[in-house]
Amino acid sequence: MFFLDHAWLVPLIPALSFAVILFFGKRMPKGGSEVGVAALGASWVLACGAFYQWVRHVDNAAGAKGAAGSVKAFASSLKLAATSSGEHAAPVAPIVHSVTWFQNAGIKLGVGIQIDGLAVMMMFVVTTISLLVHVYSTEYMRDDRRYTYFFAALSLFTASMLLLVVADNTLQLLVGWELVGLCSFMLIGHWWEEKPNSDAALKAFLTTRTGDIGLICGVIMTYFIVQRATGVGSFNIVALNQAALSGKVGHTILLMTAVALMAAIMGKSGQFPLHTWLPDAMAGPTPVSALIHAATMVVAGVYLGARVYPVLFEGFSIGHGGVNLMAAIGGTTVIIGAALAFVQDDIKKVLAYSTISQLGYMVMGLGVGAWIAAIFHLFTHAFFKADLFLGAGSVSHSGAHHSFDMKKDMGGLRKYMPQTFATFVIGSLALAGIFPLAGFWSKDEILVTAGKGGYTFFMVVGLAGAFMTAAYMTRCIYLTFYGEYRGGGADHGHDPLATEAEQDVAHDAHEAHAGPHESPTAITAPLWILSFFAVTAGLLNAEPFHIEKFKQWVEPRYAFPELVHPAFSWPAAALSVTIALVGIGISYQFYWLRRGLRDFSSRNAFARAGKTFLVNKYYLDHLYTDIVVGSIKGPIANASYWVNQHVIDAVLNGVGRGSLSVARFTYDVLDQRGVDGIVNGLALGTGDAGGAARAVETGRLQWYALMMFSGVALFSVFLWIAH
Amino acid sequence: MNWFDSWGLTLVVFLPVVGMGIVLLLPREDEQAVKLATLLTTLVTLGFTIAVLARYHYGAGHPGLQFDVNKNWIEVINSRYHVGVDGISLPMLALSSFITVLCVIYSWNHFPEPHNPKAFLALILLLETGMNGTFVAQDLILFFIFFELVLLPMFFMIGVWGGPNKEYASIKFFLFTMFGSALMLLSFLALYFKVDVTAVTHGAMHHTFDIPTLAAAHGAGLVHGTELLIFGGLFLGFAIKVPMFPFHTWLPDAHTEAPTVGSVLLAAILLKLGTYGFIRIALPILPVAARTWAPWIGLLAVIGIIYGALNCLAQKDMKRLIAFSSIAHMGFVMLGIATLTSFGINAAVFGMVAHGLITGMLFFIAGSVQHNFNTREMSRLGGLLLQAPKMGWILGFCVMASLGLPGLAGFWGEFPAILSAFQPAAPLSEPVFRSFMVVAAIGTVFAAGYLLYMLQRVAFGTVRDEFADAHIHDVGMAEWIAWTPMLLLILVLGIYPNLLFKVSDVAVHPMTVAIGKAIAR
Repeated sequence: MFFLDHAWLVPLIPALSFAVILFFGKRMPKGGSEVGVAALGASWVLACGAFYQWVRHVDNAAGAKGAAGSVKAFASSLKLAATSSGEHAAPVAPIVHSVTWFQNAGIKLGVGIQIDGLAVMMMFVVTTISLLVHVYSTEYMRDDRRYTYFFAALSLFTASMLLLVVADNTLQLLVGWELVGLCSFMLIGHWWEEKPNSDAALKAFLTTRTGDIGLICGVIMTYFIVQRATGVGSFNIVALNQAALSGKVGHTILLMTAVALMAAIMGKSGQFPLHTWLPDAMAGPTPVSALIHAATMVVAGVYLGARVYPVLFEGFSIGHGGVNLMAAIGGTTVIIGAALAFVQDDIKKVLAYSTISQLGYMVMGLGVGAWIAAIFHLFTHAFFKADLFLGAGSVSHSGAHHSFDMKKDMGGLRKYMPQTFATFVIGSLALAGIFPLAGFWSKDEILVTAGKGGYTFFMVVGLAGAFMTAAYMTRCIYLTFYGEYRGGGADHGHDPLATEAEQDVAHDAHEAHAGPHESPTAITAPLWILSFFAVTAGLLNAEPFHIEKFKQWVEPRYAFPELVHPAFSWPAAALSVTIALVGIGISYQFYWLRRGLRDFSSRNAFARAGKTFLVNKYYLDHLYTDIVVGSIKGPIANASYWVNQHVIDAVLNGVGRGSLSVARFTYDVLDQRGVDGIVNGLALGTGDAGGAARAVETGRLQWYALMMFSGVALFSVFLWIAH
Repeated sequence: MNWFDSWGLTLVVFLPVVGMGIVLLLPREDEQAVKLATLLTTLVTLGFTIAVLARYHYGAGHPGLQFDVNKNWIEVINSRYHVGVDGISLPMLALSSFITVLCVIYSWNHFPEPHNPKAFLALILLLETGMNGTFVAQDLILFFIFFELVLLPMFFMIGVWGGPNKEYASIKFFLFTMFGSALMLLSFLALYFKVDVTAVTHGAMHHTFDIPTLAAAHGAGLVHGTELLIFGGLFLGFAIKVPMFPFHTWLPDAHTEAPTVGSVLLAAILLKLGTYGFIRIALPILPVAARTWAPWIGLLAVIGIIYGALNCLAQKDMKRLIAFSSIAHMGFVMLGIATLTSFGINAAVFGMVAHGLITGMLFFIAGSVQHNFNTREMSRLGGLLLQAPKMGWILGFCVMASLGLPGLAGFWGEFPAILSAFQPAAPLSEPVFRSFMVVAAIGTVFAAGYLLYMLQRVAFGTVRDEFADAHIHDVGMAEWIAWTPMLLLILVLGIYPNLLFKVSDVAVHPMTVAIGKAIAR
């Protein structure tokens, strides 16, 4: 199984590409982008090979019961009992290879790969979308001032993300996790000359790092969970999952770990209340938003949750229904994200809040025990949300003079950009969950599982979210593609630092094809490919058509808790589609037919207050930026520095000055008048002897004498006490 | 036995001082000869260090001292010329020899006022003898002499080649450390007189300054109160050097005023003398006292992490910010040591090397920024990435390394140290140390905060009007030669940390086992 055993090549190739582009990219004819595209192409082929071999592997295991033997051998190498689980299917062990990374107390800790359905699926998603984004960027970023740097960062990101995906241990996962955060920082701040961009980059990094307090503590505890179950600590994920399910580990540490990891998920996957960085992250170039801030990096939190699911499952007692932290956070995020999407004028921010809301579905899915549904949603969402983001980029690139403001610079674009329009609508319908597009299948599965697993409330939350999603996407399409074209007056302000000559070139380029027009193939081709997936990806797990391939390939059947898999139900599906259609209908009434409560918020005080609350993003940014960060950076830091200079240092300086005055006193009073006086007095009587004594006693020597004396005295006292 | 096994360490320690003698004989005007002689000396010393690294036996079967030389020295007090290296001292020795060469290269055309390369380079050589000597000394008196020897050259480097407030900074540095050393010496004497080593030496000796012998005795014959007091003396001596909160105030002043190379050596090596002292002397010789002191050391360490970070946020001077960040970083090292676990102490050794490389680099960059812009005020800087893109990139790289980004060296000093606090050595309180763990983890966010804040203000944004026409030199030849090895090491150690862990672990693991047994007894 070459592709499975050598899956480490998949992250390695983009990592090498990063180094090549960084050091040699500027001298290449296409500025390094050719290396990036080629590397991603190679990685994509390897990922597809791994996917194919994994499918073969699973299908073979399903036929042969003999696989159980190899599982036992694998388990004994980890010093754990083999616990087969899942639904009576033969357990399929992941493929694990590792080498020593570091050692402690003689115990070697490894770094390596753990390839199973989840990893293979993620590798496919990451390489596919990254490859499409690379191609798209060759056109979208063509005249960028840091073209080479951009492609280097994309390569580094892809490598880091894949490192995270293939990780066989939680520490390696943490490494990949932080590295994708770095790339996110680099790419959000891509145009770092303008302060808002670097501010957004810092905000993203620091907010996710705040969540990472949880990740650090959580990963540390995973080591000790394994230690408690087996006696030897390890970060190994399989060992961790077995330990969590073994019953040998106390519930407290599992709960603590689950809570800590939840904090990390909140930071990375934009969950309430740490979601505020994600909309600001839209300051980065649009391909980056599609790749990092929609399809891949932001789902790293969900991926982490899925990877160590037994810990969360046991820690939060997910199998028992009711309410738990994970479901509650996810559910809250679904609603608060969707609500904010209604008040955005920036098309990318609509999509960003939509991403937050959809990530909420995934986290909620994990929280209610709908593991496979949540991961399925991750899979489908990656395609249609990347499609939407790249569509928004296409609109801005060719139709709105690099602006993203729907109200000022867009409108009526369906006539000028038919392909972008078509793909955008497909993506929107998939997102809204309209049958039979991708989003329908995955979202429906989350809701049904929530309903059957004792989480009825969260099913209702999900339905409400579905309604809102359909409505705000309809609004977005109306503002962008319908009505009158409002652009044309936009400035070319996206590159204020370009020299005048560059500005002129850019200007001429736009004059040459003045007005909105369709984007070139390098942009539309990725859009169509993603639209294709947005339509079809859901059919991988279309239960009523007796297709459950996704579940069969991806769901772990090894070291995994027993989960409920409710059957597909037509009435429930009809309900969720109806609700989405109602959302579209109401929006349609409002925007196209201009019916309904127009300007309600300016007439009703309560509605106005609500809108203000939304426009101010629940005042969370105010709380974080002004109150928390502001007070630490301002008054608290300054107070601490004041203490340093005026208290701690003052004590020291005081001691110094004190010793100096004591010394002066000893010299002036005791020595010169006292000792020396006596010596002088004696000298009067003893003649020459006194002179000799004076010669010794004056000058510097007395200092040494004094110090020696004090030293001896101090030491004697010390030893006396010590005795 | 190969002659090198008995002479290697002596050469590594005393070659620099021989080189200093040669440099002093050269005429002051012949700067080129002075520079070449110094460079040659440090290179040959590095060569011998590499030979030591090459001949060293790394396997788990060699936990003890290697290149061990034990000769009569001051017979009256049983003090011996005992030198040797193990997995803890070897990385530090290598770091010291390595950084000194790079500092000499960097100095090539960066001599601060009042110039005088001859005196400056002679002091660096003397300093190297002191630093290398401290890391190989296995006798308390020998250790003390080298430990003190380091003070003198650094005092003159700050006092003569320093910034506007150099007199205050240099005297503060000297007196403060001297004060700690005095108490440390008292403790050494107390160890000599009070620890009963009869059992270890089978009656051959009653009193000794020999570190391995004292460590084997585990403080036999000491009353607990005495042991605590002696540990207190050692603690003060080492904690001032580290420096730990609240004994740190000499550090920002010394760094702010010191010339670039002085700052680099101070951060990269001198601070480590303190933490090394804890690992080499305080913990193994007085394990039982260490247990009692450990929660308090841990407490001061985590206070240092947060306190250092807060002070960083209040800084306007880039170099002073980096100086305060050292306090926070050394807090992680001390937290690791305070847990008395192998994870913690391995992390401490790694953290010492990583901090040496990373903070050393940051001080180099601050020096070059000062050289180009004649200021380190962050509010006046900006757009370094536009004017000197290579330097801007290197600054970004070092900032990421310093904030503990995995994949770079800094992470491996921080993460295992935090991890070790989850489960400290047996009788230490888990709730207390777990609270430290959380505080330390919060400290990583603060670190990201102040470092990115610095990066944003120095490297991002546009060029300020006042420097718009300034002639800015990007990274030059001497800088490339001095920096590239450090940058590579930061990367290599970050990707494959076992390079260092497998060396230190061999020595650390038996030591923590011995400490554990002594505590349990």
